[in-house]
Amino acid sequence: MSATDISTSAAPAVHTGRPWQRDLIGIAVILLAAIGGYFLFPDNLALLTRIIAIMLLVLSLDLVTGYCGVATLGHAALFGAGAYAAGIAAVTFGITEPLSMIGIGAIAGAVAGLVSGVVILRGHGLAQLVLSIAVIHLFHEAANKASTYTGGSDGLSGIAPDPLFGLFEFDLWGRTAYAFGIVLLVLVFVLLRILVRSPFGMLCRGIRQDPIRVSAMGASVKASLIKMYVISGAVAGIGGALNAVSTQVVGLDSLSFTNSAEALVMLVLGGAGSLYGAFVGTIVFMWFEHVVSAANPFHWLTIVGALLITVVLFAPKGLYGTAANLAKRFARSRP
Amino acid sequence: MQVFFSIGVDALAYGMVLFIISIGLSVTMGLMRVVNLAHGAFAMIGGYIASYAARDLGLGYGFAIILAVIGTIIIAIPLERFLYRRIYGAPELTQVLMTIGITFCVIGLANYVFGPTLKTIPLPADLQGPVNLGFRTIAAHKLFAIGCGVAVALGLWFLIERTSFGVKLRASVDNTAMAASLGVRTRIVYAASFALAVGLAAFGGVIGAELLPVEPYYALRYMVTFLVVVSVGGAGSIPGALIACLLLGAIDTTGRYLVPEYGEFFFYLAVIAIVWVFPRGLLGRAK
Repeated sequence: MSATDISTSAAPAVHTGRPWQRDLIGIAVILLAAIGGYFLFPDNLALLTRIIAIMLLVLSLDLVTGYCGVATLGHAALFGAGAYAAGIAAVTFGITEPLSMIGIGAIAGAVAGLVSGVVILRGHGLAQLVLSIAVIHLFHEAANKASTYTGGSDGLSGIAPDPLFGLFEFDLWGRTAYAFGIVLLVLVFVLLRILVRSPFGMLCRGIRQDPIRVSAMGASVKASLIKMYVISGAVAGIGGALNAVSTQVVGLDSLSFTNSAEALVMLVLGGAGSLYGAFVGTIVFMWFEHVVSAANPFHWLTIVGALLITVVLFAPKGLYGTAANLAKRFARSRP
Repeated sequence: MQVFFSIGVDALAYGMVLFIISIGLSVTMGLMRVVNLAHGAFAMIGGYIASYAARDLGLGYGFAIILAVIGTIIIAIPLERFLYRRIYGAPELTQVLMTIGITFCVIGLANYVFGPTLKTIPLPADLQGPVNLGFRTIAAHKLFAIGCGVAVALGLWFLIERTSFGVKLRASVDNTAMAASLGVRTRIVYAASFALAVGLAAFGGVIGAELLPVEPYYALRYMVTFLVVVSVGGAGSIPGALIACLLLGAIDTTGRYLVPEYGEFFFYLAVIAIVWVFPRGLLGRAK
């Protein structure tokens, strides 16, 4: 990271009014959207659950890219690690209790976060990007090679999670998986909200804006970033495990470069450096993809490309950031 | 011995093709500090134009190459003017997103116009078949690719070390503001070297079509390889890029010959190891 991005990326920490009140509103909006999604699209609950899993991935990417300023194109490694860990636990070791599977996914994601964080943070700028790309390809090839455990290119199938708490079975309609996903998402959101407000979260924002100054203040830049990477890995791992529980298969595409790049696109589309931005970007992107790619996958690529260029040129803060700015300006113009 | 020799020739040919394509990326990255992920897309455009010229219009191979280079530069000029100029000096993330967006657009459009199938560029009779070197025979087009790589390396060396344009280019790379205040028109130097980079990419895309087949996902598939070359060699360094290409070409080709079931595992492992030890690339300069 060069010194040029200090002025542009200095996010104004707006704490107008009571922040906790705003968070309660945020949670209420998430829950309302979730209930609305359930009743509006009862046939698409599998897609909605996948959106939730990807949201967790994008949230996790937001932690390192949006809050810490680490540019990475290999974040799906953490998601895939969680998904494969949960899947292998269920298929090979017979751990089919859903909550334990999620826990295993989170731990595996955190370990993957530690490994890739240590590797990626070795470089800066271009080297950092290339390292992150190398990491995701390495994970991909490793999963492909270890086909005894991962099923290789056929994917890992035969994951049969037990009923949740022994009561709610994972039905064909995906109702349980959807509700499970929503609860996980809200829990993670609350925890992350506390995290980014904490002194540690503030330290990470400081590192993004000026790492030299932070280290001059006596804080260890690298240790903080690796810590954030581990937390981010746990979040992505939960997302991967949720995907494994709900779809009951894990494919190699969860560890792909494309998945990483798409997550980054979603984050920037919604607005990096804000948890709400991660939500907005994921929903818009995945819903668009669902509609357009049904027609022609190549048109979809063209549209994503054009969308990216437009966002970079005209709305560098993403959809949520731009909307929030507009709302603020509107509120200020009214006395 | 036979295996060893064919690995050597393949690695050399592959490395040279990589060099021709990625040297332009290395120069622009060193000069303009733009992480240009769309560089592979320009090589792909060159390949498509050459394929169209040689196969559908029936033009000669040499003519197809010239047409591909000129055509790609013409396509790239408005992109530079309207898109790239806005991201000079922007944070890397912005540059990555913009150039990935361009890549996606090019892939989508290439597929729309030319279809998802592989496009071949028919070789002239002289480049088909083997060439006898006295003790071994090797495929003529590989020899041709190696020759082109050497010619490009020598030509660039002459251009950068021995001409007045080279002096201005090096001055702009070292310190743009100072060069501008000494009367170097850095904007023109930028534009000229961008055109040179794109032209070389197109040239490499055509020459290397036998090794890196032209299809819509070309831009995404090899984008990573070109970036890796620049990062390993050190941005802006021609000898660095040459060493990186030969080294990575050797690692990749050896891996494919000896342990094909591991795919590109060893390639990326080597990349991590090299970048870990040399975070600025083999011959990159400290900031």
